[in-house]
Amino acid sequence: MKPVSAWGRLSQDLHEVQMLTDRTSVAPILAAHQPGLAFGNGRSYGDVCLNPNGHLWHTTGLNKFIAFDETSGRLVCEAGVLLRDIQRLCVSRGWMLPVTPGTQLITVGGAIANDVHGKNHHAVGSFGDHVLGLSLVRTNGEALSLDWVNTPAWMNATAGGLGLTGVIVTAELQLRRVSSPWLRTETLPYQGLSEFFDLADASEHDWEHTVSWIDCLAGKTARGIFMRANPLSAQQVATMPSLRAALTAQNRKMQRKPLTMPFVPPVSLVNGLSLRPFNLAYYQLQKLKSGFDVAHYEPFFYPLDNLQHWNRMYGPRGFYQYQSVVPREVGHDAVQAMLDAIAHSGEGSFLAVLKTFGNREAKGMLSFPQPGVTLALDFPNRGERTRQLFERLDAIVRSAHGRLYMAKDARMPRDLFEAGYPRLSEFATYRDPGISSAMSRRLMEF
Amino acid sequence: MQHIVIIGATSAMAEHCARLWVQDAPVRLTLVGRDEARTHRVADDLRVRSPQSHVQVMTTDFVNASAIQQTVHTIAALAPVDVVLIAHGVLSDQTTCENDVLACDAALQVNGVSPVLFAQAFAKPMVAANHGTIAIIGSVAGDRGRKTNYVYGAAKGLVSRYAQGMQHRLAHTGVKVVLIKPGPTDTPMTSDLKAKGQKMASVEQVAQDIVKGIATGKPVVYTPGIWQIIMLVVMHLPRFVFNKLNI
Repeated sequence: MKPVSAWGRLSQDLHEVQMLTDRTSVAPILAAHQPGLAFGNGRSYGDVCLNPNGHLWHTTGLNKFIAFDETSGRLVCEAGVLLRDIQRLCVSRGWMLPVTPGTQLITVGGAIANDVHGKNHHAVGSFGDHVLGLSLVRTNGEALSLDWVNTPAWMNATAGGLGLTGVIVTAELQLRRVSSPWLRTETLPYQGLSEFFDLADASEHDWEHTVSWIDCLAGKTARGIFMRANPLSAQQVATMPSLRAALTAQNRKMQRKPLTMPFVPPVSLVNGLSLRPFNLAYYQLQKLKSGFDVAHYEPFFYPLDNLQHWNRMYGPRGFYQYQSVVPREVGHDAVQAMLDAIAHSGEGSFLAVLKTFGNREAKGMLSFPQPGVTLALDFPNRGERTRQLFERLDAIVRSAHGRLYMAKDARMPRDLFEAGYPRLSEFATYRDPGISSAMSRRLMEF
Repeated sequence: MQHIVIIGATSAMAEHCARLWVQDAPVRLTLVGRDEARTHRVADDLRVRSPQSHVQVMTTDFVNASAIQQTVHTIAALAPVDVVLIAHGVLSDQTTCENDVLACDAALQVNGVSPVLFAQAFAKPMVAANHGTIAIIGSVAGDRGRKTNYVYGAAKGLVSRYAQGMQHRLAHTGVKVVLIKPGPTDTPMTSDLKAKGQKMASVEQVAQDIVKGIATGKPVVYTPGIWQIIMLVVMHLPRFVFNKLNI
């Protein structure tokens, strides 16, 4: 037995850990050690990846590539391969993952199981949209080969299926063409939510990546930083000779070990004293960067990957992330109500991310993205006070007919889950009876 | 292209070394394994990582001296060998070995005798060419016998002493012998230790140290480096202290 935490570090429960290392011998391990749950790189925040006092099947040992066709951009690999390894392998050959979240230190299996999204959701959808097929091993020994043509319902259940339909062992992904690792970015400070929505709407057609950081402590006229980016074309790269030296510098940086948060401080470093200066400094620094720039994809997409174990900053009690999506019609008012509730509670968040989703439904039965606006906030765990704030936020999300993101959640009530995910009963028929997680026991039958 | 031969290519350490080599520059790789299908899966992965590399798979019986001789003969005839990494091993269970002479024999054969025979067989063509590096993975367990794993330790001790002698013999030639002594490393071989919660070095880190050690021809590579200090202490503990320790 070994203590295992999710990224939020809210618990350190003991788990019986099995390492999966050979894709052809997964079935007997699952059969002998159940009920269990696949565990990738442990970057989901709450209890979706935990199975206290039960089995955890670690998949990071399944890290082999299987085939890559450089003409079509189809990549076949094992499910424990990290998105980082795909990016680093493929970018120099003119291909990239179409969808990545704010960290590339997650496994392919985890990306599928949580149907993750990125800053370009409005342009290309979520991760599941780019999975051509996958192999799924069930605890009864069955090995299913799934794709959208022959087994669409199984794909709908497994993409965003939280690992509950079986263990994803291999996947075939469709990459997309890129001509360089560079992005042309624009940074725009904004005041108030109306300005945010105007910027988001104005950017939807001409900008592939959009995201914004919002200072949730600034009250009524919430200030924020809107960032948008497009890949640089080959012609644009050719006109910027300085990029050559910049790429060498960036590659050297990527070889180096990232900085590490070396220990868990006795109290959260994100607290009432530090938040205001943190947010003010961040806002002012970003404001200085207003305007156009060119950025390498790594620092633009994955700014926090450069600080290993940043989750330790929140101290020994860990932290929650609260990520909701609410429909666009009520988006402005609901987000404003949530910001007001946070300001009123005296709790605060440093990492507050506000982004509009595109007008498309995700394919997965339990996928998070839906048309609307999503707000993600980190809160240090201060016990009852923090949970009381969440209840107020839940009420806003519930009445706005929104939903919470399972990859982040550790505490949402069952009724909110059921209201937010209407395809739940359909999903239940695809579950593997030998797989169970702390989250599935909290929110579903088993 | 450099010709790099890996014995025990499905071992996680060896596989990660291979990934670093192909990432650096296209190479000619000969992967030798026990299990043909598994070795092919490693080869496929390396081909995706480096389409320009030439990756070849061979299988052999690792505890049969004439099979070893034959395999090495075939490999040396393919192309002159620049580097051979001898990486195979099985972390035998000490208690089983204490109670079962056959298990003890198997552990000594595969962890001790077999790597030495491979090194011996490769030395011949490499000495004749006066070129190349023979790298053998030993273990910190070979430095001092401890009650928790002295059968494995004894096999690795054999490897250490053999490498030492070869280094002495080849000191003034173009052939280098590198002995690698990893501490406990997070690989499938040690998954039982990991499940018990033992802290271990990452296999990526260890592979980096191995590849660097081979490139520089360092005679003894402890990885992670801290183990050089730890083992210095362990080796010099007086017996009356050592015998009180439960290690």
